Amino acid sequence: MVSAYIPIALFLLVATGFAVFTLVFTGLLHPRKYNKVKLEPYECGIEPTTDARDRYSIRYYLVAMLFVIFDVETVFMFPWAVIFDKLLLFGLIEMLVFIGILVVGYYYAWQKGALEWV
Amino acid sequence: MVELVLIPLLKIIVVLNATLLGVTYMVLLERKVIAWAQSRLGPMRVGPYGVLQPVADAMKLMLKEDITPARADKWVFTLAPILSMVPALVVYAVIPFGDQVHLFGRQISLYITDINVGLLYVVSVTSVGVYGIILAGYSSNSKWPLLASLRASAQLISYEIAITLTLVSVVLMSGTLSMVGIVTSQASQGVWYAFIQPTAFIIFFIGGLAETNRAPFDLPEAEQELTGGFHTEYSGMRFALFFLAEYANIIVVSSVATTLFLGGWLRPFPNVEFLSFLGVVPGWCWFLLKSFVFLYLFIWVRATLPRYRYDQLMRLGWKVLIPLAIANLILTAIVKVALA
Repeated sequence: MVSAYIPIALFLLVATGFAVFTLVFTGLLHPRKYNKVKLEPYECGIEPTTDARDRYSIRYYLVAMLFVIFDVETVFMFPWAVIFDKLLLFGLIEMLVFIGILVVGYYYAWQKGALEWV
Repeated sequence: MVELVLIPLLKIIVVLNATLLGVTYMVLLERKVIAWAQSRLGPMRVGPYGVLQPVADAMKLMLKEDITPARADKWVFTLAPILSMVPALVVYAVIPFGDQVHLFGRQISLYITDINVGLLYVVSVTSVGVYGIILAGYSSNSKWPLLASLRASAQLISYEIAITLTLVSVVLMSGTLSMVGIVTSQASQGVWYAFIQPTAFIIFFIGGLAETNRAPFDLPEAEQELTGGFHTEYSGMRFALFFLAEYANIIVVSSVATTLFLGGWLRPFPNVEFLSFLGVVPGWCWFLLKSFVFLYLFIWVRATLPRYRYDQLMRLGWKVLIPLAIANLILTAIVKVALA
């Protein structure tokens, strides 16, 4: 079944080639008239004084962490769903335990205020 | 060699061109529909009724100066649009546009490839696109793009969980991850999954709006607060690549929704005998028609709904959609066991 992945590799090559080609091709066409002000980062006309890469809200880290936990759990559910027709009651109970643990963690995160944005 | 490389390559080129053409005309359609919603005419100057507007736009973007800001991270700044564009296109490799057709004395399948982990492939490839957005914001070294890319990435990963959970409940129904297999299982069960999984369908559509940064979840490019969003510093062709990627992603979400919930290339009511005259219309036409309904819905929603606030967006994602998706998943499993 490896041969089924050959078209994907081809598509990856063609798509990357397309993106790189258009950038190189239009790079030959467009004008280049640079001056210092044009190359400044956009800040509504005010000259930027500091580096833009500043500290930002801790919330984003929290969302990223929760995402990793939940997304890994959902990946485990795919193989379970594929063979569910064979497992039936056994699979259901197994997955209820699994989701139960997930839901406990989810409830804890909710009560701790991890899901509140402000 | 012909079977393994040449035919897939031809299909890839056809799909790539169709996608790019679809994207450019999606932009025109969007401008037209929003104009009609607001009692305007929309683009009318270039060609009759503005039908040549996409050509003019493409020409303009190609000939525009492409500026790299002095403080930007030069290589990453160029890499980001490519990294955003490529995944948006590569997803089309597993989308089944139709069944088999007889062409030039050969049986040609109307999908580029059918892998047994098709749906997982779609999920993983589309989530690579978020790197393009993060890197664009980071490498610009400008405040608006950085804020916008943080917002966009938090939004994308939040809604991805809900979407993935709904996909699991679809897989529960079909018992396969192959995209072609999901369509054929809808044919054998004689019902589109939108009817037996309405909750999953609605969550998928809402999540799809959020994943593609569309209104009412278009906070990453909220013009009033963030100027242009994560591509504020971009111009010329690199900006165009972001734009193409965004609309290509909308078409991807529409196609995936069609495949999973509206029976892909199947005609309406695939098992009702007296409607078999609908089979005259080829399958890929049904596919395009159904996808078009979704595309129109995307535009319609944008013309109708105001934008969410960021905390409302996060609350909807984490506190409404995820519990609903989990409940739907458990319910589906219980019903399946009860019926077996």
